[in-house]
Amino acid sequence: MKYITEYRNKNVSHKIADVINTLVKGYKGKIALMEVCGTHTHSIFRSGIMSLLSDKIEHLSGPGCPVCVTPNEYIDMAIAYSRLPDTIIATFGDMIKVPGSTSSLEKEKASGGKVKIVYSPLESLKIAKKNPEKKVIFLGVGFETTAPLVASTILSAAEEKINNFFVLSGHKLIPPAMTALLESKEINIDGFICPGHVSAIIGEKPYYPIVEKYGIPSVIIGFEPLDLLEGIEMLINQITKNKEPSVENQYKRVVRREGNEQALSLLDKVFDITDSTWRGLGNLTKSGLTIKNIYSKFDAKKQINCKIEKTKENPVCICGEVLCGIKKPFECKLFSKTCTPENPIGPCMVSSEGTCSAYYKFKKE
Amino acid sequence: MKKKQREEDKILLSHGSGGKAMSSLIKKMVVEKFNNYILNELNDSALLPASKDKKICFTTDSYVVQPIFFPGGDIGTLAVNGTINDLAVMGAKPLYLSCSFIIEEGLEMNILDRITNSIKTASKKANVEIVTGDTKVVEKGNADKIFINTAGVGVMQKDFLLSKKKIQVGDKIIINGEIGAHGLAVMSKRENFKTDIKSDCAPLWSLIEQMLSVGGVKFMRDPTRGGVATVLCEIAANADFGIQLHETDLPIHDNVLSFSEILGLDPLYVANEGKVIAVVDKDIASVMLKQMKKDPLGKEASIIGEITKKNTGRVILETVIGGTRIIDRLTGNQLPRIC
Repeated sequence: MKYITEYRNKNVSHKIADVINTLVKGYKGKIALMEVCGTHTHSIFRSGIMSLLSDKIEHLSGPGCPVCVTPNEYIDMAIAYSRLPDTIIATFGDMIKVPGSTSSLEKEKASGGKVKIVYSPLESLKIAKKNPEKKVIFLGVGFETTAPLVASTILSAAEEKINNFFVLSGHKLIPPAMTALLESKEINIDGFICPGHVSAIIGEKPYYPIVEKYGIPSVIIGFEPLDLLEGIEMLINQITKNKEPSVENQYKRVVRREGNEQALSLLDKVFDITDSTWRGLGNLTKSGLTIKNIYSKFDAKKQINCKIEKTKENPVCICGEVLCGIKKPFECKLFSKTCTPENPIGPCMVSSEGTCSAYYKFKKE
Repeated sequence: MKKKQREEDKILLSHGSGGKAMSSLIKKMVVEKFNNYILNELNDSALLPASKDKKICFTTDSYVVQPIFFPGGDIGTLAVNGTINDLAVMGAKPLYLSCSFIIEEGLEMNILDRITNSIKTASKKANVEIVTGDTKVVEKGNADKIFINTAGVGVMQKDFLLSKKKIQVGDKIIINGEIGAHGLAVMSKRENFKTDIKSDCAPLWSLIEQMLSVGGVKFMRDPTRGGVATVLCEIAANADFGIQLHETDLPIHDNVLSFSEILGLDPLYVANEGKVIAVVDKDIASVMLKQMKKDPLGKEASIIGEITKKNTGRVILETVIGGTRIIDRLTGNQLPRIC
């Protein structure tokens, strides 16, 4: 852990914070920085970075939590699958508590639905091999980071000729969401904290056209306190010194300009890029991943029919607006009253990466 | 306003995780119904009146850990140490245990043999006797291998009463060693991760006895389910003081720290089975630490925080980089069936 502790040095943290605070001193107005990654949300709160920085810098959490951006109809579909006989749902733990229109996987599990928590999609393939008489459906949610793993699992299933393994793909791509946010008139973003993990896969290039078109300073940043502080300093430099907005990479020890070619080719092999519905952002063109036709035998949507209930949303829940940084969790009437991590109404309260959950847990007021 | 019970409401795993869901369940289903002055204290053990200068301490706990054998212990050692530690943190010397088994049909006899041997060894080590018990066998599939319930009786020495009410601003918070090992050891075994992490499962009385002899101990708790964070939040809840913790002072083994990083767990919320958190008088803290370090279970003891006048009712953590954040009780289910 020596390697990690060096990125958590108190003295250096304070030095960088001082530099940032001096830079913004003469700046007129607030500076809104948005991250679009659940791990960033979590690290920023967990390390207490914002408590070191000037009030002029505002931290916005964007649609970076995979569970949170997954729309109700996907959850309802997963719930419907979990009610089928001889079916096992394999999923990352976060999805269990997400409320669908009338139920959740956690409740289905308590009523006898077979729901298993896995840490990797490959584990769900193992479950399929162990239970050949059951259909095993893996809930494929997540961005460019998790999708390559799912792609490689589908390829393994094809190679090993496993016929009872399926994926319900709800994978999404981050750059189209960033574009949608910038197109929105409701929100003002002065700079993007670009996601470190997603960038490790996609590299720097996908951000170039965004920065060129919208003139938004963007820095790819890592997750340790010093990463975040250094990256924020780079952003503030671009913003306060009126530099030409550009894509900078603070997280060079992990993110290469061209990304991870092997992972990208896996995505290309297994998935088609299609339109996709995001909670809060609606349907965005070319923002999701659907399993290619040649692998359609693993596509749950195409192979397994079931009746899905009519989607209902809680009209009071403002997760959609929270996800876009338009509103803060405490502006929601449900927040911390009826909606708590114990009894979440909206998905942003479920995942530890969700904005509402982070606000609740670390009580940012 | 009381929430109405709905017919479709069911018990979920999070109702047993030691967090908020469990407290509200206990309040509604246990405290409000069984209501009496001993129970209502909601201590780790019940304090029963015995004589003028002595009190009897009585507690019970059930063990459903899965897997039943894990690095550093098994369900048997846990069933002994878990229960007697609940007595010890009250300041009571554990004396007698009951031990009941609920066994699933088909369990290999040699597994039961191993478990009862562990119980024997653990109770010998802790100097307690198993004096009564019960055995039930249920059909295959109606239990998971074996569940154990133990109840314990101890005697509280002299008129030494630990209480939250004794806590004052300035008091120091001490823990006897590195946190988070038990939960992660069980988890790594269950998920087949290769780590060197061993459960810290151990009987705490001998250490606690020495701590009490130093004096100045105001209150103690063992941070099992829900971890250190949950215990401290319980101490601060509704109190007229706050708690300040220092992240850099938290003793956490490198292995636990890296494993937690990888899995996205916070060691502050991970269960321990051989740890005691003590709130002690500030003037005695360094002497206490010295005394604790002499005991094998207190070698890594350290002061992790203090009682503050500000932030009433809250636990505030000063993070490694000198920022601050609020520590809340565990919500949801970080790791099921770890004890």
